[in-house]
Amino acid sequence: MNEYKELTWQGLWENNPALVQLLGLCPLLAVTSTVTNALGLGLATLLVLVGSNVTVSLVRDYVPKEIRIPIFVMVIATFVTMIQLLLKAYLFSLDQALGIFIPLIVTNCAIIGRAEAYASKNPWRQSAFDGVMMGLGFTLVLVLLGAIREVLGNGTLFSGAELLLGDWAQSLSLTLFAVEHPLLVAILPPGAFIVMGFIIAAKNKIDAVRQARAVKPEKTVTRARVTAQ
Amino acid sequence: MTFKLAASPHTHQKRSTQQVMRWVYLCMIPGIILHHYFFGAGVWLQMLLALIVGLSAEAIAVKLRGRSIRTVWRDHTTVVTALLLAVSIPSLAPWWVISIGMIFAIVVVKQVYGGVGQNLFNPAMAGYVVLLISFPVQMSSWPLATELAQQRVDLSTAASLIFSGYTPAGYSLEQLRMGVDGLTMATPLDALRNGLTAQFTTPEIFASQAIFGAVGGIGWGWLNLAWLAGGLILVQQRIISWHIPVGVLLGLAVPAAIFQLFNPDTSIPVSIHLLSGATMLGAFFIATDPVSAATSNRGRLWFGLLIGVLVFIIRSFGGYPDGMAFAVLLANMCVPIIDKYTQPIAYGHGGKS
Repeated sequence: MNEYKELTWQGLWENNPALVQLLGLCPLLAVTSTVTNALGLGLATLLVLVGSNVTVSLVRDYVPKEIRIPIFVMVIATFVTMIQLLLKAYLFSLDQALGIFIPLIVTNCAIIGRAEAYASKNPWRQSAFDGVMMGLGFTLVLVLLGAIREVLGNGTLFSGAELLLGDWAQSLSLTLFAVEHPLLVAILPPGAFIVMGFIIAAKNKIDAVRQARAVKPEKTVTRARVTAQ
Repeated sequence: MTFKLAASPHTHQKRSTQQVMRWVYLCMIPGIILHHYFFGAGVWLQMLLALIVGLSAEAIAVKLRGRSIRTVWRDHTTVVTALLLAVSIPSLAPWWVISIGMIFAIVVVKQVYGGVGQNLFNPAMAGYVVLLISFPVQMSSWPLATELAQQRVDLSTAASLIFSGYTPAGYSLEQLRMGVDGLTMATPLDALRNGLTAQFTTPEIFASQAIFGAVGGIGWGWLNLAWLAGGLILVQQRIISWHIPVGVLLGLAVPAAIFQLFNPDTSIPVSIHLLSGATMLGAFFIATDPVSAATSNRGRLWFGLLIGVLVFIIRSFGGYPDGMAFAVLLANMCVPIIDKYTQPIAYGHGGKS
């Protein structure tokens, strides 16, 4: 069980694909202008990651080392195509909103990175779990980034959630404040880079504080003064 | 007996950063006074707001970084950033516009990179660009030059407009910007851009818009001359070297002159290029920022030329009427490569072997 705990910790925090490995930044920065888009892309990436990790792990003994990367890419592309067809069939408006970034999941280095670094060396159960955790870590960062940008640029949260979750989700859409003059830069690509920088800085700060706390302060010896001044 | 050993360099810069910055804002005075004369008293409030917000934001950022606030405040670079941003934005823009701009300029562009001397980009212009792409309406609502406006904007009117959006008499900024014919008037560069896009010729635009009553447009021409005067004092005092301003003006004027020569009806005239918009302010006060500009004299000339050409390209073919801020930021990005290829040869090195 300890192995799974370690995988969880690695995927969600210590080795988070978006915050630490800085992989897959292209979709991360491009589609996170709203929480809905971010969540949609995050879940799609998660599904592809789990699928590709399991497949790569199952075929790892039969793949010649020399051509492993093209084979991994083929596997990933297959899963991406499946996800895209599913999206087109059941969540068409979300597919329209995400556009080119669904097919571009193929080129997401976070996925091929996991296939190469973990799935090709480990049994399929651990690989599947690793895929879930890495995917969740990626999704969480996407959603956080999307939330910050949506609030700053639009004053709303979960606007358009019905595209992803069905009609009941219309009630999820929150308007935190009505903005007369939205801070457009938060919605535009530069805003994504700036907010991303601040999130990474916050993560590093938390790590630094944890580290400082983990180092136990040495016991200071207090001596009682016995002589008079 | 002890001998005092001093490390090289043994010649000393005559002025501290604070003195340099003080010269810069002293030389801005003629421009600011004309700004007040043509566009009303709003500029004083904008400067005050920019100073308060900028210095407070810097104090907080410096405190978070664990440095001494007093030493950071003492170099006066934030004062110059605040004044430059305040004169760059429309003088009756709402209070939150300049506040957001200053917070971004000081915290994100300056302190995050490590404070004065470390910033990659010109803080005032980076703040300006964030405002321009975030609030295009507020950032293009320049008040009318006094000669064209129906009412003068005094200090109380300006305060009321900046903080509430309306004058005490209940006019909105939009209404104030109308000329006698009830049409909102644009800045000269705006008018030219819109006119040329709508297939009018340059002389037609000149004849149809009252703003072109003087060289460079009413107000804008004199304002640019005032910045030029202040800038010349800076050059004369050796606060800035002549390379960057000359580069900017050449880079802008030469392509403009070529286009005017061959296409007088569909291009912006050289006089408008040089004496309108942010040309002189940019050439002498903004591009010459000692931190984010190139460092060698030859490099400065190239840096200036690059800015000038970029301004010309953006004004003639780009999506914005003026491009000084974008040009400065783009040139800032090119500084490392400019510095690499224009590094002066040290004495005793190089030459024919």
